[in-house]
Amino acid sequence: MESSIFGFTLRHSWRQQLVLLAIIVTSYPFIYLSLDLPKQIVDQAIAGSGGFPKTIDLGFARWELDQIPFLMVLSFLFLSLVILNGAFKYYTNTYKGRLNERMLRRLRYELYVRVLRFPLPQFRKMSSGEIIPMITSETDPIGNFIGESLATPAQQGGMLVVYLTFIFMQDPILGVAAISLYPLQGWLIPRLQRKVNNLSKQRVRMMRIVSDRIGDTVAGIQEVRVNDAAAWHLADMSRHLGEIYHVRYEIYHWKQFIKFLNNFINQLTPFFFYAIGGYLVITGSISFGALVAVLAAYKDLAGPWKELLDWYQLKEDVRVKYDQVVEQFHPEGMRDPAGLLQDPRDDTPLTGDLAANALSFASDMGSKILDGVSFSIPVDGHTAIVGVGSGSGADELALLIAGLLTPSQGRLRIGDRDLPGLPESVIGRRIAYVGANAYLMNATLRENLLYGLRHRPLRPPAVDPARRAVLAERAAESRRAGNVDFDIDADWTDYAAAGVDGPAALDARVHELLRTVELTADVYGLGLLGTLDQTRDPAAAEKVLAARAAIQAELSDPLLGTLVERFDPDRYNNRATVAENLMFGTPVGGEFAADRAATHPYVRDVLDRTGLTGDFLRIGLKLGQTMVELFKDLSASPDLVEQFSFINAEDLPAVQAVVQKVGRDGVAALKGDDRARLLQLPFRLVAARHRLGLIDEPMKRRILEARHLFSSAFPAELRGTIEFFDVARYNSAASIQDNILFGKVALGLPQVGARIHGMLAAVVERTNLWDVIVGVGLDMPVGIGGSRLSLAQRQKIVIARALLKNADLLIVNEATAALDGASQAVVHTMVLEARRGRGLVWVIHRPDLARQFDRILVMQGGHLVEQGTFEELSRPGSVFADVLDPE
Amino acid sequence: MSLAEEVALLRKIPLFSNVEESKLKLLAFTSERMVFNSGDVLFRQDQMGDAAYIIMEGRADVIVNTPNGPLTVAQVGKNDFVGEIAILCDVPRTATVQAASEMVTLCISKELFFRLVTEFPQMAVEIMRVLAQRLEKTTRQLREAVAHN
Repeated sequence: MESSIFGFTLRHSWRQQLVLLAIIVTSYPFIYLSLDLPKQIVDQAIAGSGGFPKTIDLGFARWELDQIPFLMVLSFLFLSLVILNGAFKYYTNTYKGRLNERMLRRLRYELYVRVLRFPLPQFRKMSSGEIIPMITSETDPIGNFIGESLATPAQQGGMLVVYLTFIFMQDPILGVAAISLYPLQGWLIPRLQRKVNNLSKQRVRMMRIVSDRIGDTVAGIQEVRVNDAAAWHLADMSRHLGEIYHVRYEIYHWKQFIKFLNNFINQLTPFFFYAIGGYLVITGSISFGALVAVLAAYKDLAGPWKELLDWYQLKEDVRVKYDQVVEQFHPEGMRDPAGLLQDPRDDTPLTGDLAANALSFASDMGSKILDGVSFSIPVDGHTAIVGVGSGSGADELALLIAGLLTPSQGRLRIGDRDLPGLPESVIGRRIAYVGANAYLMNATLRENLLYGLRHRPLRPPAVDPARRAVLAERAAESRRAGNVDFDIDADWTDYAAAGVDGPAALDARVHELLRTVELTADVYGLGLLGTLDQTRDPAAAEKVLAARAAIQAELSDPLLGTLVERFDPDRYNNRATVAENLMFGTPVGGEFAADRAATHPYVRDVLDRTGLTGDFLRIGLKLGQTMVELFKDLSASPDLVEQFSFINAEDLPAVQAVVQKVGRDGVAALKGDDRARLLQLPFRLVAARHRLGLIDEPMKRRILEARHLFSSAFPAELRGTIEFFDVARYNSAASIQDNILFGKVALGLPQVGARIHGMLAAVVERTNLWDVIVGVGLDMPVGIGGSRLSLAQRQKIVIARALLKNADLLIVNEATAALDGASQAVVHTMVLEARRGRGLVWVIHRPDLARQFDRILVMQGGHLVEQGTFEELSRPGSVFADVLDPE
Repeated sequence: MSLAEEVALLRKIPLFSNVEESKLKLLAFTSERMVFNSGDVLFRQDQMGDAAYIIMEGRADVIVNTPNGPLTVAQVGKNDFVGEIAILCDVPRTATVQAASEMVTLCISKELFFRLVTEFPQMAVEIMRVLAQRLEKTTRQLREAVAHN
């Protein structure tokens, strides 16, 4: 990457910069004309010097004009010049804007490419908190400057020259007076600017520290809480912000001082005009009109001069920023950029032996972690690496074989190919690696599983012909900015690599792998809570409806019947909230959100028309009083209030105030927000749960009436904001479980969860819904870094992903540590079975699991101390036998 | 049964007899009402417990596993409080409690119980008093039993 902003700008945009320059130079004569013309209008047309008629001679035609038409012709000429100059400015500005954005895109992209190429140890030195602002916010001003880098000096400098030429044409002495102080400014300003530059550098560094601290806090928030370290962090943050404050203030101060100095010097020049120019006019050396024109031109001069100085300050600022960003992106040992995007050259299966010869690896601190390791194992065999004690080197050995680390000495070969020399495109397809730190991307579970099969876009997406031109232009623009033009919407899945022939077979394979790593039940559980878009899969929605009917039959069993209270349009559901009973549906989007229902005009209208408003206010008041009575002493534990009361802890005082106001003035006096607050309270009541006796039988009947009115009068323009409960229709807004149960789960029955689960499982099995639900579970987002899943689940997914990739060699690095003992053994056996006849290297943390492997490498203190089969190594006296059976 | 009735019932339980009305209301409101059919198990011996139960209606058998099989050692009924030992001192359930008739109980989770005790110290004092009485009673029984042997 170019080491200076100008190198970067010229290399990637010299053509555009030349075009800009050409346009700007073309505009100079017009600017000069627009300066000269006013003088002509005043002197020739209005003052009428030289007499009339005037002759305009263009060579091919000539006109004789009297004073008024001559004035008009000149005036309209002036108007066209104004328009023309405006058009020049508009065009150059848009051109610059496009150039800026394109270059900004290129810069960000190049920095991101560099992140992808960083050697792994670099990530120990740089945190995401530092990298992210560098690529996002710090590049912003740099991009904005690139279009200006040549255009502004050309444009404004050119203008300056034009104005100065004009002044010199009037009188050379005045010209000298006009520029007399420029040398002083040219000497002083850069010296001051240097101070500002140093401060800017400091500011950027400090800001990065702040980003890093924030990133640290976010990542370690649990530690902060359990160690009561908030005060320490706040003090630390306060100090850094304070330092930034001082630096920023200093920068501001100096910038203003530079501005002040410039203004002062600019104001000083007219002094010469008045003194020298006045003297010249009085002595008759120049005309009065010329002095006025010079003064006008000098005023115009101030604009470009100021722009030039601003540009200079911005240039210095951006130069510092660019240097500081780019220097961070030049670590030692970056990966070959060609490996990222080029198709593999020799993508043939890895065969032969995996051979290490005097392999050594030293950490970035220089200490030897692996020392002189030599072995030779068949690539398609099963090898266990057992590390003895801490610092055994087993972990690093696995990372070296996976191509994630580069050996510092010695050779590592597969067949006749050097492993460190293999491009990423070959390693990434031929070798699979599973580490202890199971990281998932913030996408759906399915996408995470297919992650290892997406190397290049393979089949273009189906594109609407109308959009084809737009997409082609987008791709062309990507290329212009030096970005890759691969289509992210294409089908990237390499079915052949996974050993299947298409999406359906891949799906089957994914389900099979979920069983291999014992994850099917978990994904099923996720799927039950997930939603299904029935427009995308109507057949699946049909199946869910069939399951709903089957549950109906199940619930007619008196033992199970009490478990679920089904939605019945003509019955009040005691387990549902008042809001659910009234609307009888699931709100879609925020229109009828349960916590704001009372403010919705349509809800208010229905309440008014059924005469429920008064009752709801009465119930709300009673509820408010009870809540205030119960929870007012608990203000110290807001979570308890939150968990049980109808009111958020911070709203409690407001409700208390409303309750007191009602006590004083009566309900009728309530207005606006206070009234809405009270009216909102009953909506969260669940008759069976809250037992406050506020929803009695007559009230239930009236709410039912309101329900009927609510659906029958439902306005057409609100359609789609509520999915009404309808036993014959699939509810896209509700989870699959809610769709099947079509009702509310009973409260207060023993083991209700387990019993419902059992009942659901039976129905799902009978209606062949299992695969559908697992499919929905696969479409669930896993959260940032897979945080919605447990570590054990993540480890299983990562193993399944590696198996799906179907690589020649699978390296597993202590990746089952989070699983419990029983599932560890099961997963081990299943994976060994799945990899039969294919290469597998497994760093294991339980030596007894090594029994099933063809051969074992025992690592201790960075050395390979023993190797052989399980039988050979378990003879008494060996290191392996010692760790296998410590007693 | 409404909240007011539950409060009246709670009042009759010795553990809560001296606790303020509004606190009892809070306890009743925040705890979950659970219904058991005859034969349902409230909790099993040796399992870890996370809730205690106040019996509002019905009866239950207290069953202890012995080498000779399960043995019913006591019966509990209305106004009794069962399962509190497991939530107070993190030990596995000391006995199995099985509904002997249809039962209505108030189920107080461990978390809620501790929150209330920390929030309202006078409740803790009451509980201490009742536990001390119970300890005194068991000690007396033990002494008598030893004397008999």
